Amino acid sequence: MSAIDLENQEKFQQLQKVIDEWKDKEGPLMPVLHSAQEIFGCLSLDVQKYISKELDIPVSDIYGVATFYSQFTLKPKGKYRIGVCMGTACYVKGAQAILDELKKVLDLEVGETSDDGLFTLDATRCLGACGLAPIMMINDDVYGRLKPEDVKGIIDKYRDK
Amino acid sequence: MELYRSHVLVCGGTGCHSSGSADLIEHFNRDLKKYGIEKEVKVVQTGCFGLCEVGPVVIVYPEGAFYSRVKDEDVTEIVSEHLVKGRIVKHLLYHDSVDGDHEIKSLDEVPFYQKQMRVALRNCGVINPENIDEYIAFDGYMALGKVLTEMTPEDVIDILKESGLRGRGGAGFPAGLKWEFTYKAQGDKKFVACNADEGDPGAFMDRSILEGDPHSVIEAMTIAGYTVGADQGYIYVRAEYPIAVERLTKAIAQAREYGLLGKNILGTDFSFDLELRLGAGAFVCGEETALMASIEGDRGEPRPRPPFPAVKGLFGKPTLLNNVETYANIPQIILKGPKWFQGIGTERSKGTKVFALGGKINNTGLVEVPMGTTLREIIYEIGGGIPEGKTFKAAQTGGPSGGCIPAEHLDTPIDYDSLTAIGSMMGSGGLIVMDEDNCMVDIARFFLEFTVEESCGKCPPCRIGTKRMLDLLNKIAEGKGEEGDLEKLEELGEGIKIASLCGLGQSAPNPVLSTIKYFREEYEEHIRDKKCRAGVCQALLQYIIIEDKCRSCGLCARVCPVNAISGQKKQPYVIDQDSCIKCGACMERCPFDAIVKR
Repeated sequence: MSAIDLENQEKFQQLQKVIDEWKDKEGPLMPVLHSAQEIFGCLSLDVQKYISKELDIPVSDIYGVATFYSQFTLKPKGKYRIGVCMGTACYVKGAQAILDELKKVLDLEVGETSDDGLFTLDATRCLGACGLAPIMMINDDVYGRLKPEDVKGIIDKYRDK
Repeated sequence: MELYRSHVLVCGGTGCHSSGSADLIEHFNRDLKKYGIEKEVKVVQTGCFGLCEVGPVVIVYPEGAFYSRVKDEDVTEIVSEHLVKGRIVKHLLYHDSVDGDHEIKSLDEVPFYQKQMRVALRNCGVINPENIDEYIAFDGYMALGKVLTEMTPEDVIDILKESGLRGRGGAGFPAGLKWEFTYKAQGDKKFVACNADEGDPGAFMDRSILEGDPHSVIEAMTIAGYTVGADQGYIYVRAEYPIAVERLTKAIAQAREYGLLGKNILGTDFSFDLELRLGAGAFVCGEETALMASIEGDRGEPRPRPPFPAVKGLFGKPTLLNNVETYANIPQIILKGPKWFQGIGTERSKGTKVFALGGKINNTGLVEVPMGTTLREIIYEIGGGIPEGKTFKAAQTGGPSGGCIPAEHLDTPIDYDSLTAIGSMMGSGGLIVMDEDNCMVDIARFFLEFTVEESCGKCPPCRIGTKRMLDLLNKIAEGKGEEGDLEKLEELGEGIKIASLCGLGQSAPNPVLSTIKYFREEYEEHIRDKKCRAGVCQALLQYIIIEDKCRSCGLCARVCPVNAISGQKKQPYVIDQDSCIKCGACMERCPFDAIVKR
């Protein structure tokens, strides 16, 4: 068996463990989808089919749920996920200019992932750190009180990593 | 128990955490060890202090020294000077916390805190939220003990009804009635649920309570379980709040360990347990029926009411659903009595309300004030006014469901009814301040873009109507507005309010309707004069060179990519508006601030 298959098999085993934990509780689908996305990085059709079989929920229902919520994704995201907060506090303090600058620097539209798989650009809902507005997050790192001219330097730091 | 001579409280709320407060704690502990005083000084990570603007915040007791915007290198100085030698590091103190003689004022005397009254936030910034003992030391779980051993469910309901507490999630339904309905509902199984799906942009009240005092919610939900006859509760919390999720998880585990959740709580025959459920980024799940659908594992789509959740809720069973802040008030009401609570606030809105203050304001942060406090007090006295001497234009309350309040209503006492009367709403408590640089058409568009994206699509008035309103607003912002557009917006808005299925659609037109009501002339300028006075709507802008300021240096003409600027020595330069592409390069380049956009 190839290394990729092995890795995949391990992931499905992990998923099975999660499913076993939730199977007999009420309303297991959302927690299972959350974990599945954590394990696989996204909810591919194969993963949805597997969950469908194990939880005995039609795959059409699972697809409906997976596409309803903005945090679930069917396609893999970039290594660095950039989220520009578009909450009101950030917006009135110029978040749009930050987002525009990021689009320019990365040559991406909102929701897109760069061809090298490095960056995904997202406009997110309020991140609740309004005191630092405007802010963006790159994975778990928070950058606050941003100005458009800060953007390029921050992105370059991740490119060089 | 160990005793310490000093306590260092470091804010672990989201704002301060994002600016590195966890590293500060590590640094403090490292330095304390270095000086061998780790047994004398204790470092505590607390919930939000509220004054996010000057974070990360560190307070050292017993002196009450309030250090603001603390940087890593400042820790070394605070430890070596203050904690080792007892000399307060004055230049690091928050400027409002010292008086003219550099003496430290108590927190109650600091302008930001002076008018506040902390009920729901009483423990935020005071205790370590990850330690149940600290909560218990501040009378935690005493209300639960009192309820389980001395009170019947009817007693609890009576107290809540008498207190006048109304739901803090937005609509303001009397909590006591809701508890009574669920208590009286027939059912072999009932549930208690907590709405912690705080989706309003610019609102972080519930987050701060969950992060700063998670046990208060757990205690109140257990009381609710006893009252309505439920043995299982769910907290539905946004997945975007990782710190809140982590602290709640810890708190639930600690409560179980202490026998405050689980079987036979406090030796009685009452059993109750809690489970966390994570949202996945859908604003509509803050609506109660959508939230329950989401817990059940479906798309978060609302359904018509009645039947109300109190009759037919989670998994078809009677369910009590309250918001985080509502729950956080309840243990205090039980302990201090309904009369005490009734004494705070206005005639029909009792108690306090937490607001997340943001936008163009000096003291961004979290404030809790008695109902009936005016906007002016919140913005100018607590919030410290508008930065850079700009003029106040509007305050937005209630997020995408609320409206913009103009300067003429600054003296309105804030409560549920007065805000509704002026076309806004209390909502969950986001309060965003806007100044002259914010365009009201743009703000209305911003909120409508939000609702268009978040509309679940189930009912046509919301799905199609909000999209049509957005199209009209886009048209106006792009300079293509026509006479009659405003009337169309108003008609559509009123229709959507009446015909939509749930609160999201019913309130979605509010930001547009309220801005048209109070800032009609700004809309008309966009439509008739093709002008945006705030200089926000890009399509309507003109870059203009101010003659008096221009020194004819020619830098602007050189950076202009389309050669739209011309001029001669000793004469002011001019921008040809027909060829200008509005890139703004000239304005950035001008060393004399002679170029403005209007």
